[in-house]
Amino acid sequence: MLAAILSLGGIGLIAAIILGLAAKKFAVEVDPRELALLDALPGANCGACGYPGCSGFARALAEGRADPADCTPGGKETVAEIARILGVAATSPEPRIAVVLCQGDRNRAADKYRYLGIEDCNAAQKLAEGPKQCPGGCLGLGSCRRVCPFGAIEITPAGLAVISRELCTGCTKCVAVCPREVIRMTPAAAEVHVLCNSHDKGAVVRKYCSIGCIACHICHKAAPQAYVIEDFLARVDYAQGAAAAAAVDKCPTKCIRDFARGYPEGCTFGGGACAAPSDVAA
Amino acid sequence: MTKKYKTFRGGLHPPENKAGSAHKPIEDCPLPAELVIPLSLHVGVPAEVCVAPGEQVLKGQMIGRARGLVSVPVHASTSGEVIAVEPRPHPSGKVLEAVVLRPDGADTPCDRVGEDQVHDWSATELLERIREAGIVGLGGATFPAHIKLSPPPQKPIDVLIINGAECEPYLTADHRLMVEQAEQVVRGSDIFRRVLGAKRVCVGIESNKPDAIQAMRRACTAAGMEVVVLATKYPQGAEKQLIFALTGREVPRGALPMDIGALVQNVGTAAATAEALSSGMPLIERVVTVAGPGVAEAKNLRVRIGTPLAHLVDYCGGIRGNLAKVLVGGPMMGAAQLGLDVPVVPATSGVLLLREEDLVLRPEGPCIRCGRCVQVCPSRLCPTTIAAYARLGRMDEAKDYNAMDCIECGSCSYTCPSAIPLVQSIRHAKASILAQRKKH
Repeated sequence: MLAAILSLGGIGLIAAIILGLAAKKFAVEVDPRELALLDALPGANCGACGYPGCSGFARALAEGRADPADCTPGGKETVAEIARILGVAATSPEPRIAVVLCQGDRNRAADKYRYLGIEDCNAAQKLAEGPKQCPGGCLGLGSCRRVCPFGAIEITPAGLAVISRELCTGCTKCVAVCPREVIRMTPAAAEVHVLCNSHDKGAVVRKYCSIGCIACHICHKAAPQAYVIEDFLARVDYAQGAAAAAAVDKCPTKCIRDFARGYPEGCTFGGGACAAPSDVAA
Repeated sequence: MTKKYKTFRGGLHPPENKAGSAHKPIEDCPLPAELVIPLSLHVGVPAEVCVAPGEQVLKGQMIGRARGLVSVPVHASTSGEVIAVEPRPHPSGKVLEAVVLRPDGADTPCDRVGEDQVHDWSATELLERIREAGIVGLGGATFPAHIKLSPPPQKPIDVLIINGAECEPYLTADHRLMVEQAEQVVRGSDIFRRVLGAKRVCVGIESNKPDAIQAMRRACTAAGMEVVVLATKYPQGAEKQLIFALTGREVPRGALPMDIGALVQNVGTAAATAEALSSGMPLIERVVTVAGPGVAEAKNLRVRIGTPLAHLVDYCGGIRGNLAKVLVGGPMMGAAQLGLDVPVVPATSGVLLLREEDLVLRPEGPCIRCGRCVQVCPSRLCPTTIAAYARLGRMDEAKDYNAMDCIECGSCSYTCPSAIPLVQSIRHAKASILAQRKKH
């Protein structure tokens, strides 16, 4: 009994000494800044910076391989904190957020066929280029919602993706997954957007969507510097965006939305105080 | 009973529904008022248009030049005037560039007709004629025949398989072709045999076509080819499954049939090749089965490429009942169409019309782990696992479960008691894996 305790205890003791020495000899030096940086990062592991998670980005920062401004989800405060830890001057770019440029939900935009397959926009897009007649409209099957690391995307009951302006950090994951390129990165300060992604002529758009841009140029006439019409689709010139609000009520199809007045109908963002397009007109 | 005939492992027995058209002789479908001939009649690079609107063309004249390696020329199906070259709906669901032709009714052939020197030509000359004639696989894949028929010299073909299985329900186009034009099929197979230098030629036909088996046996005996009766089971006509049934050889993962010395051509391709090389008239028509409960009378029609489906349906007495779904191909693998304005292309083996009451629209349920999809999968995959990974977006795992080996036959979806869209999920995974591969 005693022999057993002594021999096992002895083995344990020897192993402990070896391990202790090995830990000293082969110790990996970690840049203390790396741990501080990791603490400063949002910890969402979203991958927006292009590194595998926040720890990868922290190491890259400590080794001087990455730019502090690459952490778009972190926003101004995070970038400033990173710059402080690294002792460098960093200017954070103007924050950008993603916007779904479509309001054509099930009640407003016509379908090409009855889609009965899996709930995945990319899978649906492979069947005759998507079940929506509009070639650019939101399919509403929620592929963007599933990849959003911040829970910033909602699919309305009528099947339209809406991105929260408060929760979106600009990581661009949804932009990458959308098969119809209907999600675009826009300056976070810009609140007026043309929510349409169809380059078809007005007469064609009218056939399949009641809230699409028909390229009538009325917005351009109301605020010439704020709108450009290219390839039968109006776009807000975000550099001159201040004047864009003037044209919101003039749009005959109500496809221009001022997010200051609320989100598209049916979504719960903004405390559920969502304005229907008819309210916008009033 | 099935033990008597050669077959493969897995598969299933959907209702055949061939009685409506199996005994109907092939009829010539009259020319429509307007032909829409897509420049993508085959897989690979679309042809490059070489006619302009307003130009008069003759039957068999080239209107699209082959572009790139995997490409074949496109020909006018009849004589007439080119009205437009514009994007038109294509059976693939896309809107693709097509030549719109207004037939003049005279059907004047271009002067290539009448040369019959098939016997004097060497293998290289034969291949060149096959390419010029725009011959593609008429089984549905529409892969250019001249490429498939030129395997690299280090991969000799010792067995040529002629596919007359026609395992899709409803379709009887190949069946009628074998009954009525067995000689032609054999002549085409002989051309393939000479090109490849194959020792053995095997025609595989499912046991549910006794008259086709009889006709083909009669024609094959003289030519030194064998006819093998296969069990009636879906998907017996799938390339790898057919090779296994006839030779016992299995195509390894990621390999092609030529790697194990086998090559498969459809009976329709054989007949079209024989026709094209003996008359000089390129591929401008094919046999199409119009069937299903939604059409007044099921028929087998010889149709010019580019004929709109609506014209075929009109010729068969029009629509019966409330039409809900149009499929090009059979019910198992056919593609649903957005309308009847799409044209017949070389891949169009059949047009299937279904009424509202024929559709089985069950809501999707949870996987109950019954294993039926695994049992029927002819590629010996585990469809439910691959589909589950695909839906989670975990394409690497889907790849590890060999999603790329799926032949998209639809057996798993057909048999699933929970109506899970298994094939769609697996196809989604395959496309994502391919896209990923391209990126690297």
